[in-house]
Amino acid sequence: MFVAALTALSKWLAATSLSSTILTTGWIIPTLQTVHILCVAVLFSSAVLVDLRMLGVLQRDVPLSDVARRFLPAIWPILLVLLVTGGLLIVGEPRRSLVNGTFYLKMALLAVAIVLTSALQWSLASTPGFWDRDTGRRVAGGIAAVASILVWSGILFAGRWIAYTQAG
Amino acid sequence: MLSQSLIAFFEDSALADSIRENDILFPLIESIHVLAISLVIGSILAVDLRLLGLASVGRSVSRVTSGVLPLTWCAFVVAVGSGGLLFISNATKYLANGYFVAKMLLIAAAGINMLVFHALSTRDLPRWENAARPPLRARLAGGLSILLWVAVVACGRWIGFTMKVG
Repeated sequence: MFVAALTALSKWLAATSLSSTILTTGWIIPTLQTVHILCVAVLFSSAVLVDLRMLGVLQRDVPLSDVARRFLPAIWPILLVLLVTGGLLIVGEPRRSLVNGTFYLKMALLAVAIVLTSALQWSLASTPGFWDRDTGRRVAGGIAAVASILVWSGILFAGRWIAYTQAG
Repeated sequence: MLSQSLIAFFEDSALADSIRENDILFPLIESIHVLAISLVIGSILAVDLRLLGLASVGRSVSRVTSGVLPLTWCAFVVAVGSGGLLFISNATKYLANGYFVAKMLLIAAAGINMLVFHALSTRDLPRWENAARPPLRARLAGGLSILLWVAVVACGRWIGFTMKVG
């Protein structure tokens, strides 16, 4: 029933004039994808640079809270651009994503990444030394950093895999 | 011609053949390529924005670069390696694709831009690297770098729409 509803939604979206404009104007989809990937690049790199500081790999000369303050706030407006470009890509080719399990895996991972990143940003904004208080916190921070890298990487992988798992 | 037989050698190799024929291998390498190039571009952007005086202005240029560029270089090595594997799987088709050729030239231009900036700055970087607003040539190098990498991504995406692989 769920799949039937999503298929119906895809059909309805595909019948809109916006959808056919996106699909039939040759440059629109590659342009949207280019903007989407550029935003992914900025967001992913920002998250990874903060994670690598948490792991003590890079930028050890500055406190984690400083690195987080420089790199994390940019994530949220960029995420908005990603939602808009991603949304338009779905309107253009609704079946490619809406009836594709990989797309929902990507969205589930995105939800996890948003929770992880906002928790990290919030903890450091309220208590700059939050993840340095004791060994337990440092270990927990390291685990969170590895989880963040893996989840964001998973989102990129799933994103590329949507193209290969779409229904015929 | 030597280059043609070299291309044929790689393209006909067992490795290239398995990348072409295997359903999982091509998207897997492609995903790694996207991941690596994302880190290259995102981390270079942090340096470019510092050179433009738009971000991390409280930190000196050399501290920003030493904190970020190790990630850029590691990711660049992975991007070249994964890109090389994708290339040998369909070398002749890639070389015939204008967007692929443009992408390679743009990456070379980004490299030259970086080398020129580095050569011009080695002598006087300590004098201005703490300034929130670096001198014009540093801002030009940062701005040019952003434009070139944006064009690299655009060409990369356009390859997928103008060339049928497999």
